[in-house]
Amino acid sequence: MTQTGTTADEVAVAPDDVTSVEPPTSRSWWRLIVLGIGALVFVFPFYYMIIGSLQKNQNTSLSGIVPQPGNITLRNYGEINAALNLGKTLINSGIFTGGVLLATVVFGVLAGYALAQLRFRGRGLLFVMMLLLLMVPFQLLIIPLYVLIVRYYGLGDSYLGMIAPFAINSTAVFIFRQYFLQLPKELFDAARIDGANELRILTRIALPLVRPALLTAMLLTFIGPWNEYLWPFLITKQQSMQPLAVALANYMNTVQSTVSNPFGTILAGAVVLAVPAVALFLAFQRYFVAPNIGSAVKG
Amino acid sequence: MPEVPPLEAELQLATRGSEMKLEAELPPGTRESRGTRLARAVLGPQPIGLAFGAPYGLFIAALFAYPLGLAVWISFHSYFFTAPGVSVARPFVGLANYEAVLTDPEVLRSFLNILIFLVINVPLTVGLSLLLATALNAAIPFRALFRACFYVPYVTASVAMVAVWLFMFNTGGVVDSVLGPLAPVPSWLVNQNWAMPSIAIYVTWKQLGFFILLYLAALQNVPKELYEAASIDGASWWHKLWSVTVPGVRTVTTLITLLAIIVGANLFTEPYLLTAGGGPNGTSASPVLLMYQIGIEQNHPDFASALGVILVIGVLLIVGVQRLLQRNQT
Repeated sequence: MTQTGTTADEVAVAPDDVTSVEPPTSRSWWRLIVLGIGALVFVFPFYYMIIGSLQKNQNTSLSGIVPQPGNITLRNYGEINAALNLGKTLINSGIFTGGVLLATVVFGVLAGYALAQLRFRGRGLLFVMMLLLLMVPFQLLIIPLYVLIVRYYGLGDSYLGMIAPFAINSTAVFIFRQYFLQLPKELFDAARIDGANELRILTRIALPLVRPALLTAMLLTFIGPWNEYLWPFLITKQQSMQPLAVALANYMNTVQSTVSNPFGTILAGAVVLAVPAVALFLAFQRYFVAPNIGSAVKG
Repeated sequence: MPEVPPLEAELQLATRGSEMKLEAELPPGTRESRGTRLARAVLGPQPIGLAFGAPYGLFIAALFAYPLGLAVWISFHSYFFTAPGVSVARPFVGLANYEAVLTDPEVLRSFLNILIFLVINVPLTVGLSLLLATALNAAIPFRALFRACFYVPYVTASVAMVAVWLFMFNTGGVVDSVLGPLAPVPSWLVNQNWAMPSIAIYVTWKQLGFFILLYLAALQNVPKELYEAASIDGASWWHKLWSVTVPGVRTVTTLITLLAIIVGANLFTEPYLLTAGGGPNGTSASPVLLMYQIGIEQNHPDFASALGVILVIGVLLIVGVQRLLQRNQT
């Protein structure tokens, strides 16, 4: 159940998955047509989001699909900034995401290493709990988490309360474990004989060998809190504490008639929210690949 | 897993005392051989693992196991939020909350909504992601670009994507403009018959990249000899797809079905924002949306907890069945 079909070599060295593709044939035109249509459908909303955010007056007719030179403005970005205080909400998103990333990298790596390479009492229990955590969706626990964090501990409107339920991403722990498991045992035994302690073995030997896994896990971890809506929405009442996703959604629900192009303003906010995740993903695309993520889900 | 040979273990423990920064985490007397042996008997051969795993273990205990237990407790009691510092009786009410949940028309409607969601989402997701993954699984031009196009919605915040879909599918939006007289009246998101299908199509679009990824990985593992053998036998493209590809990726297909059910049970952002709180008339409400509306907005956390516990049991049952099926296949 825990071993996937990929070998250590494949996973560690080749983050791209062009390993066993079919050879090019003369009949690959159908592929291009299918992929081209698919890509259009997938990219159009992004294109339309940008076009819409630049419109002076909302234009939902067919001519609105093509940018009209007379109808272009950056004013919507100014309006959304005035309404939401983009700087502050972006900082909130950043602290939320950064806190989760930090906790996941430090404690998740430790846990993944322990689960893969160390034998201690309670390891089986920890592993089973991790699998359970991966299966039970977080959303189903919002009521008791709300009771605990907001009512018992009074952590509503705080970064700690926002970060806590996401602090250590279990998918990342699972990915770390899978990669550490594939490293040869002899390597670690040799280091131990040489007198290295476990923390040193982990940071000096194991971690450098699983760097692709570290990046994949961090990318996956990033998109969780950055895009999360439900939890920060539940526990933040003050706008000054809200991440961008929450502030923007609240703005959408109370559409402001005070701005000249309400939809353009919302779309400007959507662009600002989308850009960091999309940019990170495009920059590190080759680490966002099937063996890494597939193994985590296949379990 | 091989046992660490005793000599090596001794060496390892002997050197540990001088360098180990985490010494305080170890039980006292680790350096003495009797204490060491006792510690190893109680804590396992490498007790340092306990220290490494402890933060994650605490996290699971405090933010998963305890809340899960609390949900079960709340679901068996009469529970509501009070002003801070006010303590009220929380009488045990047995299965009353569960009875209320399972006879509530809103809840039953949300289950029906998930069913509608699945009927549309699962075939669309399986069909389209398999088609696109098969097309991608070759040395073709712009492969990386195509791949990026498909994955981008998956990594983007749902709040941002919902904003664009609202813009596109609103009354008089660009989709209505394209369709002209063919557009449904009332428009998609405010139409009782189209609200849930709209959400299902949106989620298919948003998640498809992830499933293409899973299928691509599975396609790598289908032996190429099978395709070659089929070609020699003169099998058509369709025949190869049906008798080689589809059985070869069956595990992933099962997995996608399972994940779709879980996604359906957990929809919140989409019905809350896209169809204005599960409207019209609850025809696009999801169970998690109801948990929020009834549990927190209307102050019935006991009812919402019971609904949550039912869903947790449901999800675990489905996962269990999937694991059984997978085991029988292999």
